[in-house]
Amino acid sequence: MNQFQYVRPTKQQAAIDAVAKDATATFIAGGTNLVDLMKRGVMTPQKLVDINRLPLTRIDADPGKLRIGALALNSTVADDKQVRARQPLLALALNAGASAQLRNMATVGGNMLQRTRCSYFYDTTMPCNKREPGTGCGALEGINRMHAIFGFSDKCIAVHPSDMSVALVALDATVQVSGPKGNRSIPFAELHRLPGDMPQKDTTLEPGELITAVDVPDGPFTKHVHYQKVRERASYAFALLSVAAALDLDSNNNIKAARLAMGGVAHKPWRLTAAEQALVGKPATEESFRQAAAIAMQGAKAFKHNAYKLKLGPNTIIQALKTAASVA
Amino acid sequence: MAMNSEHDTPGNSHDEARRSFLKQSSLLTAMALVPGPLVQAAAAELDEKVAAVFEKIPLKLEVNGVKHKVSVEPRTTLLDFLRENLHLTGTKKGCDYGQCGACTVHVDGQRVNSCLSFAVMHEGKKITTIEGLANGDKLHPMQEAFVKHDGFQCGYCTPGQIMSAVACIREGKADSEGEIREYMSGNICRCGAYSNIVAAIQEVKGGGQKV
Repeated sequence: MNQFQYVRPTKQQAAIDAVAKDATATFIAGGTNLVDLMKRGVMTPQKLVDINRLPLTRIDADPGKLRIGALALNSTVADDKQVRARQPLLALALNAGASAQLRNMATVGGNMLQRTRCSYFYDTTMPCNKREPGTGCGALEGINRMHAIFGFSDKCIAVHPSDMSVALVALDATVQVSGPKGNRSIPFAELHRLPGDMPQKDTTLEPGELITAVDVPDGPFTKHVHYQKVRERASYAFALLSVAAALDLDSNNNIKAARLAMGGVAHKPWRLTAAEQALVGKPATEESFRQAAAIAMQGAKAFKHNAYKLKLGPNTIIQALKTAASVA
Repeated sequence: MAMNSEHDTPGNSHDEARRSFLKQSSLLTAMALVPGPLVQAAAAELDEKVAAVFEKIPLKLEVNGVKHKVSVEPRTTLLDFLRENLHLTGTKKGCDYGQCGACTVHVDGQRVNSCLSFAVMHEGKKITTIEGLANGDKLHPMQEAFVKHDGFQCGYCTPGQIMSAVACIREGKADSEGEIREYMSGNICRCGAYSNIVAAIQEVKGGGQKV
């Protein structure tokens, strides 16, 4: 591992300044992804700015929304009574990710900023435009089982790995950010970006910008929710594909509102708004779910090894919606 | 260099400036003297000493009830610190990438993968390793249950399994076999002793003893 300088500011502004003024500096919180990437030489920051002493761990149950501090641990959020009551989909998605140990380390801010698990990104002997712009994409003609079916470019076909982010995009969360130019709010759907010609840039954050919290607005999705994750073993593996589904049903089992998002299919958590709209006013039946799934998959395109996702996608959407609808 | 939660740690811009000044000035001194090999060696040694002072960071933490006040290189993971610096080799290095759980320890009572964080990030924390679980010669109930149920073959993953199993019960996530398997999924056992590990945890959980 490269040598680095380590600083541990106790003031938010000092942390932001330390990263904003030094292009080789980066924040570290839980470290579960960054330390891994540093050991492999994929990331080589010259300075680590440890933000664990900043007071950003609180979960505030405000009227109309939950404000979850960026340093709240994944395990704390998943077990939080307010989160479980008001945003059960978020708790389900969190518990589907990683292991109990990792959830005890990983923070909410770090979870959404984790890098892709594309094996070409991780292998420094391979070309990767995300790791080393201009070297090409190893996955495009390589082993691309795990890769994107939506929103990719000829520069990068990697997928975003977070489960939590799939729930947060479905729940219309907002990311609170503090940076050298002050504070701003980013709608969750605009935090992550598609690769385009700059796959090295995962998010729309500016240099030195620090995520301080994520706001999750209250909604009607407190009961009929499900996070369906498909992976190659029963637990502790990244998603081949996942679906966050939330339904608001009336007394006749008709759909008043719906939320749908997919993970493991794109460079960002993939919200399915057209499919959501198609569900509104329909009965909560398998036929309605099948139609919505067909709409959701429009425009999907597979590579050599991930054509299975074209079938797995709609099937997982239907299963997630069926399970969400049947929550008693 | 004050080092506690009230103060920023060394390595702030002031220290950084001083560090590069010292490195440059020792180099300039050496050049000005047009030194012979002896002086060069002395300068190099000085540089190393200067580097050591500034590249190691003071760290205070408690491991298994023993307070330690040391200085470590920031690159040292908590796992390497426990094994290499404190010679507590009960905690195992399996994958070293957070994928196997062999390195599981408790930090302030919470189970974590010690391979995926730097030791310096644990300033002021209380660490418990497998060596700190028994009470003198009396094994922890979870250790006894692993022996009784044959919860291992080669034993390499066992310290991590036991640390994780204790936490699993403390967290209230051991109410059924399914729940145990889910919440123990971060500990891989390539010998495949899973069913016996689950049995050991169920016995301790069922016994209602304080873990």
